[in-house]
Amino acid sequence: MENFTPVSASVGGALVGLSAGLLFVLIGRVAGISGILGGVLKPSAGDVAWRLFFLAGLLLGALGYSAATGRPIPIRIDSSLAQIVLAGLLVGVGTALGGGCTSGHGVCGIARLSPRSVAATAIFMTTGFGSVFVIRHLLGG
Amino acid sequence: MAREAAALVAGIVFGLGLAISEMVNPAKVIGFLDLAGAWDPSLAFVMAVAVPVAAVAYRLMRGRAAPLWDGAFHLPARRAIDGRLLAGAAVFGIGWGMAGLCPGPAIAALVSGDGRVVAFVAAMAAGAAVVRWFGGARTPAPGSRRSDR
Repeated sequence: MENFTPVSASVGGALVGLSAGLLFVLIGRVAGISGILGGVLKPSAGDVAWRLFFLAGLLLGALGYSAATGRPIPIRIDSSLAQIVLAGLLVGVGTALGGGCTSGHGVCGIARLSPRSVAATAIFMTTGFGSVFVIRHLLGG
Repeated sequence: MAREAAALVAGIVFGLGLAISEMVNPAKVIGFLDLAGAWDPSLAFVMAVAVPVAAVAYRLMRGRAAPLWDGAFHLPARRAIDGRLLAGAAVFGIGWGMAGLCPGPAIAALVSGDGRVVAFVAAMAAGAAVVRWFGGARTPAPGSRRSDR
């Protein structure tokens, strides 16, 4: 368990929760990233600018981490490019169909006790575990 | 501009949280999803802390007609747990496990300049755009119900 980092994960989680709280208290929006992006991909009038500002903030926050720590954001990717592209497609299609992702369903939806979000989160956690099991332990990738 | 400022600040805080927690790190995410391997439960703490913090904010707004800087709450209008929700969530989870990236962290991770992250985000946006433009009439329009409580 050398990689176990409960403190930084909890601090990060608190910030994610705080962000979701801010967005709801101030402008009544759900901090679901796939939904925020979706409203940019298929825009409706007067409902785009705040989304772009939020997405720009995501990038600035990640840059701020690097600026504050003097280190690049921690990233290690072991998957092939083909696998990454296929995964991206599945994530895009799946979150658009399912109306949410880890943030929209997993954090905001569960915090609102939405039955839809509880169901969606149970499903994507299960297939996420299953996907890694198949790739790592059955296919040996 | 108040709406945009609120969104920008919330986005920055969100991006910081993703970087500090290492949700942005595909290897870390796959370590969390790898129950049968050297399981790293760290990322469970992200959700375990984020949910109650967000819940406090949702609770604070109970009974209010509108948020502070907007005329109405914009909560998802859908209630049904249908095949579309379940199939979508299942497909999302498969992709999440394949790459170790989900939408928020993938976008934040663009700052790494890694070409594979760019490819992931491009593919994700393409997939989502196809569903939103051609995936049937049921676009997930955010309902402008004032409050459901």
